[in-house]
Parts: sequence; structure tokens; C-alpha cells
Amino acid sequence: MEVTTAATPQTSPQTISSELEVRIRKRFPNPEGSFNLNVHFRALAGFTILFGASGAGKTTLLDCIAGLTDPDDGRIAVGGEDLYDSEKKRNVAAWKRRIGYVQQDLALFPHLTAGENVAYGLRTFSAAERTARSREIFESFRIAHLRDRRPAQISGGERQRVALARALVTEPRALLLDEPLAALDRPTKSSLVSDLRRWNQLHRVPILFVTHNSEEVFALGDEVIVLDGGIIVAQGRPHEVMRVPRLETVANLSGFENIFNATVLALHEDRGTMTCQLGGGKVELETPLVRADVGSRLRVGVRAGDLLLATESPRGLSARNVLPGTIQRLEQRDVIVAAVVDCGGTEFEVHLTLAARDALQLGPGKSVWVVVKTHSCHLMGM
Amino acid sequence: MNWEAFWLTVHLAGIVSTLLLAIGIPLAYWLTYSRWRWKFLVEAAVALPIVLPPTVLGFYVLLALGSRSPIGRWWESLTGHTLAFTFEGLVIGSLLYSLPFAVQPFAASFGAVDSSLLRASASLGHSPLQTFRRIVLPLSKAGLVTGFALSFAHTLGEFGVVLMVGGNIPGVTRTISIDIYDQVQTANYSSANQTAVVLLVISFVVLSIVYGLSRRPWAVGPWR
Repeated sequence: MEVTTAATPQTSPQTISSELEVRIRKRFPNPEGSFNLNVHFRALAGFTILFGASGAGKTTLLDCIAGLTDPDDGRIAVGGEDLYDSEKKRNVAAWKRRIGYVQQDLALFPHLTAGENVAYGLRTFSAAERTARSREIFESFRIAHLRDRRPAQISGGERQRVALARALVTEPRALLLDEPLAALDRPTKSSLVSDLRRWNQLHRVPILFVTHNSEEVFALGDEVIVLDGGIIVAQGRPHEVMRVPRLETVANLSGFENIFNATVLALHEDRGTMTCQLGGGKVELETPLVRADVGSRLRVGVRAGDLLLATESPRGLSARNVLPGTIQRLEQRDVIVAAVVDCGGTEFEVHLTLAARDALQLGPGKSVWVVVKTHSCHLMGM
Repeated sequence: MNWEAFWLTVHLAGIVSTLLLAIGIPLAYWLTYSRWRWKFLVEAAVALPIVLPPTVLGFYVLLALGSRSPIGRWWESLTGHTLAFTFEGLVIGSLLYSLPFAVQPFAASFGAVDSSLLRASASLGHSPLQTFRRIVLPLSKAGLVTGFALSFAHTLGEFGVVLMVGGNIPGVTRTISIDIYDQVQTANYSSANQTAVVLLVISFVVLSIVYGLSRRPWAVGPWR
């Protein structure tokens, strides 16, 4: 007796573990002239954050990977297959690369409904398969009710979901997301992030995620790559790269309001600290010990929110650095007051609450003490 | 009112503007996306009929169609008669004469399609031609209608080229503008006026359609 089983369409995702390898050079224009993009990295399955200021070359890099612009030379490969190789003279056309790309402006087709937009990339599938796949993605991204609407008729957050769904439904070999969460409110953002994470658990592909929001780096990143002026200036796990920056660009981007040139005066290896003199002034700071020689020069970054102000000389504090100074000016920014304090020729920016300003009756000319914890000082190379 | 001349003209304009859709779309596609450095020469050549006196254009078309030119000889060996002073010859002359009025609106509307849509289409696995068919053409509807209407209206009113290439053969090459000229020559003003009014009204209606559409550059409107 013969048993025939009907072939059921396999809708469960394939689990291909792919890796994206990029080693390219490319001249690209930016508002300040032209830069050389020169990068080499591997991205494994999961989120890799591309972090950097605008003009750092992030979008140019994504365009090269997607095949929308040609690098000057180098190699791009995904899952072991060469997409571009200047030595082998190989350059796969963008439309044959199977790389999902959500551009910053989303680029939804205005003359098609959300449903038609999502089905657009399923050209090679049978009609039944197209329907099944788009229904599946519409449900998992919770946008089924938008199916018959045009992009102009739906909200920004919904458009973002449709654009993501349109790229994901094709089951790309790698995914490029150019600031997909920009301009979304916080609840929308976090629900979209959890949808993306869920999708990524099923489809293990490399996801390059561009942002210049440091919050998103910590929320999403398995790995972060920091781009500045077209080159990779730091790479690693988010807390390594973002919290203890070794480079000033990272510090600027990750929110150090105070960055000082400093000279190492003394090392206290028994205590795990060292003493640094700031700038040309008389201010000395006790900072965490790093591998450095006495007399070597480095930079110290301190967040304005990590500093304390006192109106009397504080006593009995654990903090090692208490610096007398004078308030130069106060500036209210939304609900934060930024105080600029002159401590013997070195200016510190300190962030306070409105209530603290009023309770301490702070104003220009007032004598204060700035309190700096040793471990609030982040050391960077020059 | 000379109805024979009227229908001949509408027939001519219909054929010419339809053929210009077929010729103009690929040409406009090439003009929009080609990165050839000498492209501007082709653009200038396409625009020539706008500035050239119709008699000059007609003169060269007549030479090209005559039995002493290779094209004319080839056509003669094929059909047994020359192209000059025939309806077919008139179609060829009018195609050249109205070419920019079709190609320029086509190219302008293709070029106005947001390039990030084309990039998105490529990353979703569509070749440039598939992208053109599914994204560029539907978003260029207004430009296509404009080009069609302008080349239709422009052909309706042509005079110089017709006179040079077609002559004035009733039922074959006598169009309304030639007919009006004839009426005026024989001081038959009221008949000339009747025909002129018809031409005026048709031209106005066609241009109203064109300008009505271009208020909405993305005409996905009522007829989608």
C-alpha cells in the first residue's frame, strides 16, 4: 500500500546563519567636503549598531552593501558569497543581492496600498505563497488593519512598521536599517524594537542598525561600531565602547559635556587611582588608574549630570575631588539648569534640577564647591 | 465647415500622438536615466522642432522622403510609391514636429519620481525595467496624459510641415489649418471662421486638461 502525503508549504523560516563581511574604501561627499570611507568589519547574526554623527559615512556604507552605490575597491560578502569584489571584478546588481534595506525616508510606494507594498518584494513567489507570507508578517507586525490603506493615509509609526514588514517578508540574507526608530515616540519605539527582536530570533541574519541615539545603542546592540569621518574609531560591546570611551569622538557623541586635556602627575597603584592636572590651570583631579606614565598627556571626560554642587565646603564626603569655584552663568534648558563654574581657570558644566537651583539660591558670582567622584572621570587617549 | 479635412486631421493627430507614446516613452526613459556624457546633444536635437520654423523642418523631411534619398528609395521599392505628398509622409513629418511635446513631459515626470523609491524597488528584487513598469510609469500618469494631449493638440494645428510634406490633396493631406488658409484665400471668411472656432475650442479643452492635471503632479486621483 502506498501512502501519499500532500506536500505542505513550508512557511517556517529557514535558519541560515550568515555573516556579513565588509572591507571597502569609497570617497563620498559630505557637507564639509569629501571624506574617505575606509572600513573593515564582520557582522554576525544579530544586531550590530552603526553609531556616529551625521556625515560620518553611515548611509554611504549601507548603500555600498545594498549595491545602490559602488565602492572604489574592496570586498563585500554575505554568508560566504561575494556580492562585490574589486579584485575578482565581481559586482552583483542591487536587485539580485537579497539584502533588505529600510531607508531613512522609508520610501513606501505612494500609489500602492500597505498590502501591495509588502507583497512587492515577493515577485518570484506564487500567488498563494505571496498571500500566506504577507498575512503572516502583517499579523506579527500588528498592521493587518492597514492592508488596504495608502501610505498617505496612515500614521508615521504605522508607516515605519509597513516599511519594516516590506523588507522582512522577503527573508533577506542581511538587513540594513537606517535610523528606523527616529521620530517615533517612546512606547511606539519599544514595541517596534520587541517585534524586531522576535523576528530576529526566528531569522538569524546580520542586522546593521544605524543610529545616532545612544539610548538605542544600549537597548539593541550586541555589538557597536562607531564611525567618524569615514573610519571605524571604536568597536565592541555597547558598555565597553560607550561607557568607557577611549576616543573623544565617542565621548562627544555619548554625552560628556566636560572634556579636559590633562597631564598625569602621580600614580597611586596601591589605591588604583592617579592624580591628573587639568589643562594649564591649578586644578588637580583624582581619577581611576589607567596604564599611563607620569607626565603623559590624556583627556578626561566627565558628564555634567555626574557632578555635585555645594554652597559650603563639604566635609565627610566619600568623593575625593572637591574644587572651590565661582558660578559664571546659569542656563535653563527645558527642566535642566546648566551651571558653568570656574574653578581656578578650568570651567566645569554642572547639571542641576530647577528645585536645586532655587533651594541653594544659585546665581552668577556665587561661591560654590564642585564635587567630582573619582569614578565619574573617564580617561581617553589623545 | 469642411468635415473631410476635420476628420482627416483628428485621424492624423490620433495616430501621431499614439505613436509618440510608443516612441517617446523609451526615448524619455533613456534621456532620464542615461549617464552618457553626450546626452545633451540628443536632448537638443529632440527639442529642435520647438524653435525651428516648420518650413525648415518640413523642407528637410521632404528631402529625406523624396525619391532621391535612401529612405525614400527604400519606401518606394517596398510600396511602389514615394512618401512625399502622402498621408504616411504626413505622419512621419508630424512625428518629428510633435516629438518634443511628448518627450519633454514624459522625461520630466519620470525624473520627478523620488529616487529613493527606485532604490527601495531595487533592494526588493526588481530589475530597472520592472521598477520602471511598476513604479515609474504609474507615478508618471499625469506626465503621460500631458505628453499625449500636447502632441495631439500640436499636431491638430500644424501648418508649415503639412504644406511642405503633404501638399494640399483633399482627403489625403488637406488638414484643417490648410483648409482655413484656403478659405481665407478665396475670401470665404464665414466658413474659415467656423473651422477656426472648432480648432480653438478643441485646443482650449486639451490644454485645460493638461493644466488641470498638473495641479496634482501625482495624479493617482479619480481614475486609479
